[in-house]
Amino acid sequence: MNNKFWIVLSHTYWSRFKTKSYMITTALILLFIIGLANVQSIMELFAGEDEADRVAVIDDTGTIFDSLVANLESTDSDIELTNYEGTVEEAKEEVSAGTFNAALHITMEDDMPAASYHSNQVSASGLANQLENSMQQIKIAMATNAAGIDQATIEQIYAPIAFETVMIQGEGDDGPQKSEEDLNSARGLVYVILFLLYFAVLTYGNMTAMDIANEKTSRVMEILISSSSPVSQMFAKILGIALLGLTQFGLIVIVGYVLIQQKKDEMVGGFFDYFGLEDIPVSTFIYAIVFFILGYLLYATLSAMLGSLVSRIEDVQQLMMPVIFLIIIAFMIAMFGLNAPETSFVKITSFIPFFTPLLMFLRVGMLDVPFWEVGLSIIIMVVTISILAVLGARVYKGGVLMYGRSTSLKDFKKALQLSKKE
Amino acid sequence: MTLKLTNVTKKFGSFTAVDQLSIEIPEQQIFGFLGANGAGKTTTFRMILGLLDESSGDISWNNEPVDYSKSNYIGYLPEERGLYPKLKVSDQIVYLGRLRGMKKNDILQELKKWLERFKVEDYFDKKVEELSKGNQQKIQFISAVIHKPKLLILDEPFSGLDPVNVEMLKQAVVDLKNEGTSIVFSSHRMEHVEELCEHLCIMQRGKPVVHGALKEIKRSFGKKNLFIHADFDLNFLKDLPGVVGFKDFPEGCKLQIESEEKSQDILTAIQGKGFIRRFELEEPSLNDIFIEKAGESYEQ
Repeated sequence: MNNKFWIVLSHTYWSRFKTKSYMITTALILLFIIGLANVQSIMELFAGEDEADRVAVIDDTGTIFDSLVANLESTDSDIELTNYEGTVEEAKEEVSAGTFNAALHITMEDDMPAASYHSNQVSASGLANQLENSMQQIKIAMATNAAGIDQATIEQIYAPIAFETVMIQGEGDDGPQKSEEDLNSARGLVYVILFLLYFAVLTYGNMTAMDIANEKTSRVMEILISSSSPVSQMFAKILGIALLGLTQFGLIVIVGYVLIQQKKDEMVGGFFDYFGLEDIPVSTFIYAIVFFILGYLLYATLSAMLGSLVSRIEDVQQLMMPVIFLIIIAFMIAMFGLNAPETSFVKITSFIPFFTPLLMFLRVGMLDVPFWEVGLSIIIMVVTISILAVLGARVYKGGVLMYGRSTSLKDFKKALQLSKKE
Repeated sequence: MTLKLTNVTKKFGSFTAVDQLSIEIPEQQIFGFLGANGAGKTTTFRMILGLLDESSGDISWNNEPVDYSKSNYIGYLPEERGLYPKLKVSDQIVYLGRLRGMKKNDILQELKKWLERFKVEDYFDKKVEELSKGNQQKIQFISAVIHKPKLLILDEPFSGLDPVNVEMLKQAVVDLKNEGTSIVFSSHRMEHVEELCEHLCIMQRGKPVVHGALKEIKRSFGKKNLFIHADFDLNFLKDLPGVVGFKDFPEGCKLQIESEEKSQDILTAIQGKGFIRRFELEEPSLNDIFIEKAGESYEQ
């Protein structure tokens, strides 16, 4: 019995693993990740071919050109300025001829500098912005100078305000409230888990349902369930495909890890900062894994059950719709919850087993949720999975012997009836 | 290792598929399970295999319930053939064989023997979907018997095969029996059943209407067939007392008579009417018994 469980599991795993589609998808995902990690290098590769932007400056004032050069140098930009001796018209012609990317005409109006920018490249607006910024700063410097305000005052004016977000500790809360930074880092991890779970349920849940439907359509199912019990087969399938998913995720993690090791310097502070993956408490990671596994099991069991109901491959998608809707709803609530994790709506929905993996994880990641709440939600999930497993096994047992055209809830009832004694 | 069904009933909602079926399937014999379409044969097989639970009654094999602990000793050829279309024959049989508790090497050895026997050695590495229907059926048969089951259930094993292949599979079934396998077998082809089975059971709407040893069934059926070939019109025989069936043929007719004694009355009736070329009394065929007992229209 036990032995047969492993036979089904390894068969499910290997027969899928060896398919071309699996290998190609995995390769594509890995390529995508490698590409993503190297996106900066790739862009630089192309950027390297571009020469510096050359700008002809016609400086009527005769003084601003030097300040402009100094100002642009400090901004680390790739602009090459030329003090152009000719007229504006001549400069424009040279722009048209391609000698320069743009021409900048600096004049004085009411003792303040003004400029006009001439270019035939619409896409060079970044260049115009840079020049405008520099000119703005020069103008500010000149204006403040003229008004007799010293440098220290100006710096004071432009210094950003000190604005700190401080959480007020509630009475019932144990432990320190999370700071804005913690919240951001949790938000990042929630994002990651959200997408992983969403992706896993859609892909591997579908695969589970397909695999079972496939065995049903080819009618090999009747032989299979006469050799080993449907329940053990159902779980062997769920786990076999979960392992397949883990293989894919494992490869992604390994490749990701290697890439991160290689590019540690550029990435720390970039990607990591963005997703807030630095300084996350270990407990959050543990919760992430627990909720991910529970979430996967829940949805995979549901998919397996539905997969056993269909008799044609074409009907799988149709029956999977409710499952996909559930995960989409969970996803939407989670998206809403990311910005308002403390609302009672999120709190209540986090106890609904189909939403728990996303929402309760969101809450433990972002708030200080009392342990009993987390425990309760996990218990609810485990109980739901068990109920689904028992129900699923019965539907599976009856469903695999049922061959009809319709795909409706009636089938569900019929399948249960078939597996019953009467 | 007798398989015993005691008062087995299976209901699907208000529909009764199998009604109070009690049969005993003796060891090392081929048991014929007959019935018109929808008579409950497949349902009974599924109950024996444990795929369906009986609503009431009891199924035991060697006085023990049949469950998954016995599945290594049971072979099953379902009516709806099913194999993985995309898998190679060898992979397929290895997987199904391992699910019956065999080791991979033994499976491959056995598989080669069977493929050779069925003259399809070169299918070892072929995908099932590339095979013809008849050849797929041979593979299906191999998958049912590769683990040398003690109990083998064959649901319509010969349907869709050409006469050469039918003979090949029939011989394989007989050999399996001689090696000690108890075989339950359903078919619509009465001549196959007559040829292979010692015991049989005819089902009608979930109820067994005939059950027992083939010879016994034939004898107790009572009715006999009488073939008469003559030069004159035999239609008047229809109305004679004791004649229950009449079938017209170009050379004469086939009568079904209540008992063999009636044949003498008929002989008297046709004497002097003309030239009689054939007058022959025969045991009823299983086909006759089936048609009468199962009561359904049935083409041979």
